[in-house]
Amino acid sequence: MTTTSAAPLAADLPTPRRQKGARGPGNERFSVSRTVRYALLLFFLVVILIPVYVLLVTSFKGPGDAAATRAWNLPISWTLENWREAWRTLSPALWRTVQMVVPAAVISSFLGSMNGFVLSRWRFRGANIVFTLILFGMFIPYQAVIIPLNQLVLGIGLPSGIPTLIVLHVIYGIPITTLIFRNYYESVPAELIEAARVDGAGMLRTYRSVVLPLSIPSFVVVLIWQFTSAWNDFLFAVFFSSSQNGPVTLALNNLANGSILQNYGASMAGAVLASVPTLLVYILLGRYFIGGLMSGSVKG
Amino acid sequence: MLRKVRQWGPPLLLISPSLVLIGVFVYGLIAVNAWTSMTDSHTAAQSTGQAPTRMVGLANYAELLDSDAFRHSLKNLVLYTVVFLAGAMFFGFLWAWLLDRPLRFEGVFRAVYLFPMSVSFVASGVVWRWLLNSNQGENASGLNRLFQMVGLDFLQNNWWNDIDVGIAAIAVPAIWQLAGYVMALFLAGFRGIPAELREAARIDGASEWKLYRHVVFPQLSPVALAAVIIIGHMSLKVFDLIMSISKPANYQTKVPAIDIFLLKSQYDYANAAAVAAILLIFVAVLIVPYLVQVARGAKR
Repeated sequence: MTTTSAAPLAADLPTPRRQKGARGPGNERFSVSRTVRYALLLFFLVVILIPVYVLLVTSFKGPGDAAATRAWNLPISWTLENWREAWRTLSPALWRTVQMVVPAAVISSFLGSMNGFVLSRWRFRGANIVFTLILFGMFIPYQAVIIPLNQLVLGIGLPSGIPTLIVLHVIYGIPITTLIFRNYYESVPAELIEAARVDGAGMLRTYRSVVLPLSIPSFVVVLIWQFTSAWNDFLFAVFFSSSQNGPVTLALNNLANGSILQNYGASMAGAVLASVPTLLVYILLGRYFIGGLMSGSVKG
Repeated sequence: MLRKVRQWGPPLLLISPSLVLIGVFVYGLIAVNAWTSMTDSHTAAQSTGQAPTRMVGLANYAELLDSDAFRHSLKNLVLYTVVFLAGAMFFGFLWAWLLDRPLRFEGVFRAVYLFPMSVSFVASGVVWRWLLNSNQGENASGLNRLFQMVGLDFLQNNWWNDIDVGIAAIAVPAIWQLAGYVMALFLAGFRGIPAELREAARIDGASEWKLYRHVVFPQLSPVALAAVIIIGHMSLKVFDLIMSISKPANYQTKVPAIDIFLLKSQYDYANAAAVAAILLIFVAVLIVPYLVQVARGAKR
């Protein structure tokens, strides 16, 4: 990537340039193309929202109302029964997921911050190689380590369920958090660090009293990123926990795929419940969320 | 000596926990996985160490690559990746292109196009499972029913229940979730192109097509590469979507990641590890050159 959007702070999409000369001669053609653009954009908007419509409508339908012929209609009579059912089934798992996601996000953010600081400031030979080796950990398919990981986890005696998942999300979160923080610290003026050093502060002091306070925006990006990816994780959940002690993705999958008789209504309500936290984060902190996405792709 | 400790000590202190964790949990486990893949550990007794295992070299790989079932998985993976990649790149670029010029409600379009990214594959799988229902005619629901309603009956199909190309249907929700991400990347790319560059080309009398051919596309190629790498490696890991839309045991939608899950639950650790190693090689072929290139770029 060429852009500086690597720095999570700057990753918020810039507003479009105002183009000079867009009006004037050829105004007619311009407005036709403008209409076509709006039509296309609206069309895709509707297409993207189709699953949302289905999700919501079905979640309010009663048991007899889910006939194929009425699949796309609004409910005959609106009911909250599916939502109650979904809440009954998922609420323990939702709570467990909160207990998993918060420590996982906080711990891996701190580790990432320390690594990012060292790797951005400490130019030892091979620093780039170390960084690249860490980054590779972000791209590996976790299936590639899951068989020995399973044996290792059993060997160490980590309690199955949330504790194991916290550890795994922390460890496998190190690469991405390191990346985001390193890119951010590269943009911190060297003079700030230098000034602290001249004042006699060692590396640890500098980190604690100069760098950490500067890092709040990056922490927001990283926390959101880790929160979202741990919340949405299914792979680790299915290998390292059960429906009794696992997070909400696993519980939702069991609700939706468990029984032979599909309860589509409750499954759909459950899908919404399981998505509310990450959706809220996206809606309320969208610009940081995009920051995380960008830095997820943008290296160096 | 003391000086050296003071110089090297603090940064090592900060970074070593992460280095050890990544060393063990990424590289150590990859090595153990490679080892397991070359044993004959195919039974529960062997996997728990109650029966002896011996080395069989690359025999597991040879057998896997020779089996129709695993070849089917590989074929599915390739087909899925092609469709997913093409779809996500196409729509991502199109949306970014439509949104690039100043426009009212741009933020709304952008937010809606991007929102599916914040939802887990498991949650979206609940609704897509319903949308991709393979029933047709009288019993059609989901998208097949929608096609009937808008007079496009000929579009009705078996979706993921087709034995040959069913896996391509799984790419539909994947595109729905990640095209917005590609859009965000391209939008940042578009806006990284200096306005003067376009102006200059226009003044030189370049047609719109030539402007794109010679100015815009070359400037966007690093973004496109990043998008291909990200989507490509996500595609190779596809697991959650298949688990929630189809079933792991469904032959028509099986891919290597699903094979690992099934083999592991049958305690066939050796074959599971071999499939995992093959998957890792696929991802490494894609990722390593990219990481090396990025690392080189960072040095400059």
